[in-house]
Amino acid sequence: MTELLQLLISGLTIGSVYGLVAVGFCMVYNTTGVINFAQGEFVMLGGMMAATASSGFGWPLPVALVFGVFSVTLIGLIAEKLTFGLSRKPEVLNLIIVTIGLAIVIQGGVMMIWGTFPKELPAFSGEASLKVLGARVTPQAIWVIGVSVLIMAAVGFFMKKSVTGTAMRAASSDRGTASLMGIPVGRLSTLSFAVAAGIGALAGVIITPLTMTSYDHGTLIGLKGFCAAIIGGMGNVYGAFLGGLILGAAEAFAAGSGGSGYEDAVAFLLLIVLLLVRPSGLLGGTGGERVVKV
Amino acid sequence: MSKYRYSQATAPRWFSLSVFLAFVAVFPAVSPNAYFLNILGFAGIYVLLCTGLNILMGYAGQVSLGHAAFWGLGAYISGVLTAKFGWPPVVALAASVVGTCVVALAVGIPTLRLKGHYLAMATLGVGMIFHTFFVQFADLTGGPSGLVDVPSFSVGSIAIGTTLGNYYFIWAWVAIGLMGALNLSQSRMGRALNAIKGSEIAAECMGVDTYRYKVIIFVLSAAYAAIAGSLYVHSINFVAPATFGFMSSVLLLTMVVVGGIGAFWGPVIGACILSLLPEYLRAYEGLEVLLYGLILVGVMMFMPNGLAPLFSNLRLRFRSVNRAEGGG
Repeated sequence: MTELLQLLISGLTIGSVYGLVAVGFCMVYNTTGVINFAQGEFVMLGGMMAATASSGFGWPLPVALVFGVFSVTLIGLIAEKLTFGLSRKPEVLNLIIVTIGLAIVIQGGVMMIWGTFPKELPAFSGEASLKVLGARVTPQAIWVIGVSVLIMAAVGFFMKKSVTGTAMRAASSDRGTASLMGIPVGRLSTLSFAVAAGIGALAGVIITPLTMTSYDHGTLIGLKGFCAAIIGGMGNVYGAFLGGLILGAAEAFAAGSGGSGYEDAVAFLLLIVLLLVRPSGLLGGTGGERVVKV
Repeated sequence: MSKYRYSQATAPRWFSLSVFLAFVAVFPAVSPNAYFLNILGFAGIYVLLCTGLNILMGYAGQVSLGHAAFWGLGAYISGVLTAKFGWPPVVALAASVVGTCVVALAVGIPTLRLKGHYLAMATLGVGMIFHTFFVQFADLTGGPSGLVDVPSFSVGSIAIGTTLGNYYFIWAWVAIGLMGALNLSQSRMGRALNAIKGSEIAAECMGVDTYRYKVIIFVLSAAYAAIAGSLYVHSINFVAPATFGFMSSVLLLTMVVVGGIGAFWGPVIGACILSLLPEYLRAYEGLEVLLYGLILVGVMMFMPNGLAPLFSNLRLRFRSVNRAEGGG
């Protein structure tokens, strides 16, 4: 029982990070229709920036964390302006490949500036672990889960209640009509990209004390976050986060039940099964046009 | 974007294909540098892979983010059968094509019911799962460190595993693959695929069995990948799972799109340029990944149809000059 709880906690910790990345995917996908393959790189970049500010510049930890998030948000903003804004033929497939290129540029840039050696960040409030029902919980895991849930709730509230969030939902349901109603869809695309970069960076900042980070750390986290977004449903922030939690827990149990090494396969198997059974995701509504009936 | 690309006369393309293949055939006589021939052999493998991916993505409009999985499967089937079970490489090549096609059929039947992005996601998942298997079935595949001592190609007792032999053997398969793709694009099936790409619903209304055609083309493109995999494993005598990861699938897709998706010469141009580019970027130690990414972003932003239209524009300009001179 304790062992199961231990697995569940570690699954939910990594799952929260997947969930945050998934929320970032949703934001960009809903306003532009593009799957942003650079999302995982923003996670890595956030950790890198914070680690550099903390141990390289010697800044106090909270300042370094804030710096990590905001610098990456700014990078996301500039990247969107330079690529999506200037593209000759902004079709979805082209833009997806642009984001792949962007991911390679970020990886290459990080490798050039920081090298390939992993960077670490100290835990936010010490290493002494707590006992919960016999399972050991590190304070950092509580930080990860707490911050993630908070951010998810904030994004969910923003999408539902604010004018900008409503405009984003309008753009996602019908871009053309939204633009006729005077919604600046281009500006929303920039905003969603920057916010997604910021959320990704935050995910990177909170997980780096547990896993460290290096230039090639973003790709797999990005793909897992992407799986999570599909599992939960692309159109729904809560669904995406739930998808992350399910994915993290499934991986932890797969690894814990002797299938170590197969946890990646479990994640992607879950993705395929869900695509076939319920392509709109667990909380994604009907989404009838996404599958052709045969 | 020309939607009628496939109804153009085929003669010029057969002509340019023969010129290209003749050039490939005489090239070793002009430049017998073994290192460069090796690299050109690999470029040939990429051309074969990308041509296979292009018939799926460019002709039929079905995006795959897991194509490297079939490349890897072909390589591992061929590598394991020869290195572990002592099969002759040429027989293993045939077996790897058959085996990969069967797996592709099993994968394609459920996943090709999905459309657009959802198919791309499912193929991504398939690619990751295959990659995990390559790593985990260590008894057969050698695990993460790879499978060693794979024999070179030979027919009977005649070894063709020299640099020159590999070069010609690979490009002979590329020639077959290119002719196949050219024939396909002009056939009834090619027109059906083009209709599916334009609008699946419209194609169905015209009586095209879209699902069947999609499965067939998916398996055919996997067969191209399997041949490329077998050629790959027997030319370098080694195979490791890292070669067939997600980034590799992305690289293949990038080659097709940078070259010009849907165009006959697109994958050839993209595969040749992007597989030779790192050799030239190697001079910029540490910058190569960054430059590679920047080139990719730049091409996609400013030449969204890829590089192929650039070449056909040249040809058109050349032809109009000729005509102007000839006609006086």
